Amino acid sequence: MATRQTQGLARLMRAPAIILLFVWMIVPLGMTLYYSFLNYNMLNPGMTSWAGWFNYRYFYTDPAFLESIRNTLVLVGGVLAVTVVGGIFIAMLIDKPIWGQGIVRILVISPFFVMPPVAALIWKNMIMHPSYGVLADVAKFFGAQPVDWFAQYPLTSIILIVAWQWLPFATLILLTSLQSLDTEQMEAAEMDGAPAYARFLYLVLPHMARAITVVILIQTIFLLGIYAEILVTTNGGPGSASTNLTFLIYKAARLNFDIGGAAAGGIIAVVLANIVAIFLMRAVGRNLD
Amino acid sequence: MGQITLQGVAKRFGEVEVIPPLDLTIEDGEFVVFVGPSGCGKSTLLRLIAGLEDVSGGRILIDGADATDASPAKRGLAMVFQSYALYPHMSVRKNIAFPMKMAGVPKPEQDRRIEAAARALNLTNYLDRRPGQLSGGQRQRVAIGRAIVREPAAFLFDEPLSNLDAALRVGMRLEISELHNRLKTTMIYVTHDQVEAMTMADKIVVLQAGRIEQVGSPLDLYHRPRNVFVAGFIGSPRMNLFGGAAAAEYGAQTIGVRPEHIRISAEGGKWKGRVGVSEHLGSDSFFYVEGTGLAETVTVRSGGEIALHHGDTVWLTPDEGKIHTFDRNGDRI
Repeated sequence: MATRQTQGLARLMRAPAIILLFVWMIVPLGMTLYYSFLNYNMLNPGMTSWAGWFNYRYFYTDPAFLESIRNTLVLVGGVLAVTVVGGIFIAMLIDKPIWGQGIVRILVISPFFVMPPVAALIWKNMIMHPSYGVLADVAKFFGAQPVDWFAQYPLTSIILIVAWQWLPFATLILLTSLQSLDTEQMEAAEMDGAPAYARFLYLVLPHMARAITVVILIQTIFLLGIYAEILVTTNGGPGSASTNLTFLIYKAARLNFDIGGAAAGGIIAVVLANIVAIFLMRAVGRNLD
Repeated sequence: MGQITLQGVAKRFGEVEVIPPLDLTIEDGEFVVFVGPSGCGKSTLLRLIAGLEDVSGGRILIDGADATDASPAKRGLAMVFQSYALYPHMSVRKNIAFPMKMAGVPKPEQDRRIEAAARALNLTNYLDRRPGQLSGGQRQRVAIGRAIVREPAAFLFDEPLSNLDAALRVGMRLEISELHNRLKTTMIYVTHDQVEAMTMADKIVVLQAGRIEQVGSPLDLYHRPRNVFVAGFIGSPRMNLFGGAAAAEYGAQTIGVRPEHIRISAEGGKWKGRVGVSEHLGSDSFFYVEGTGLAETVTVRSGGEIALHHGDTVWLTPDEGKIHTFDRNGDRI
């Protein structure tokens, strides 16, 4: 009886926080949903009318729409691949005791402290620029034609920049996981005659599975919303070659002043994010129990 | 075959000499126990033999061949770790199969050896479980199974029982002794527990601060400890060590008398004292006698039926033939 009373009381006591969170979530979502069914353009804000499914049909039939979804997935997948593989590699490197370990670790982590637009601008103007970027100098030194990264490989360039920003995060999480690996297990494997690659494959990787899952899930959440890096570098172009879903919504809202269309895009983005989340939880989530 | 010879083996960590050069021969089929207080270098010595640490000097011969620079896998030794070091994401079967998989043993042969090991170690019903679902004793057996299937030249045990509770420890002790009798393979066993050493070993190596204090059979060490350290370390409860006048009477710096070699009496005897704590176990009674002027307390072991209690005045008489005498350097006279 007492337990049931305390349970009821507990539910009552935590209700305000839960209600606040729920309102915090549902009001913007409801408003977006509402706007997505309106003809609502900032150029003519007085003239709103019920649009039905028009905004969705309009957004969906936009030739840039499918490309933007493809770009979103390629961007997320590409950055995940680079950060997870690179993160494992760097984590294993800096896990070894070396002279100046503290400084090396801080240096490795520092890209994470650079704000996204700043990082993108540095990459754009100082590293990837076809005439005065570092990469152009390197190409010229070897007598090759400098690459105009943002014109020739727009999406790859953005993947590179974003991967650079997220590599420290992956490295950090994977490093802590690596450090919790039991050294006696590694020694046992060594005695069992397992060479280095086998120890990595059969011991280190399975041990890091959970950390890798965490990296993939958290990064996916943030990578689906990549925006600043695109804005300051390619501006979504050339054409729509580097436009992801977030940037397409931005274009609808801020370049075409179409609130209704942007809201419809937002709802589509939410649905897409949930599909990706369900897929991910199915694929890697069982590592988390 | 599994004869292991250490010739002048030494280990330094930077400036600190953990193991000064030492020589030791372990014969084929012997059960050798390294025993000593914690920090005495016994585990380091085992890791040197295993190849998990590099020696700073000297040579290690396995069956006459120089293995000093051989990798751990190439030495043909199997090790059981204190933490068991099982692979947590693999089933018991895969854990046991792992060394064979690495050695490229054909699959049918692998299965045959796994079945045999599982039968011998009572693990047949647990082969498809993960280590996390097993009890401490079962995990220990899996670790031993993983060592057995390699058919090594020698087994190395690094304090394998210290994570088990007392009852299980006695059981596993018997199982390991049984295993040694059946396999007749060389075993090197590290422990800080002298009871384990006394009960299991063919040969005990007593270590202190990296030095070998004495090598010998358990009863050898019990009856003829070479110095004060071994005398105090081997035997439970500890040997009583007296200095001063009591020792001078025997022409020694220190004398030692084991608790079981002192007679306790309420009527009369050589040394007078007062019973402090007394422990009555039924089969034995232990008395901690105070106020004798010999040492702070003198431990006496006696039969189970003696009715002496706290505060009683008693007389102690040592068994004259079983007094150990030691000189100024602590060595046996």
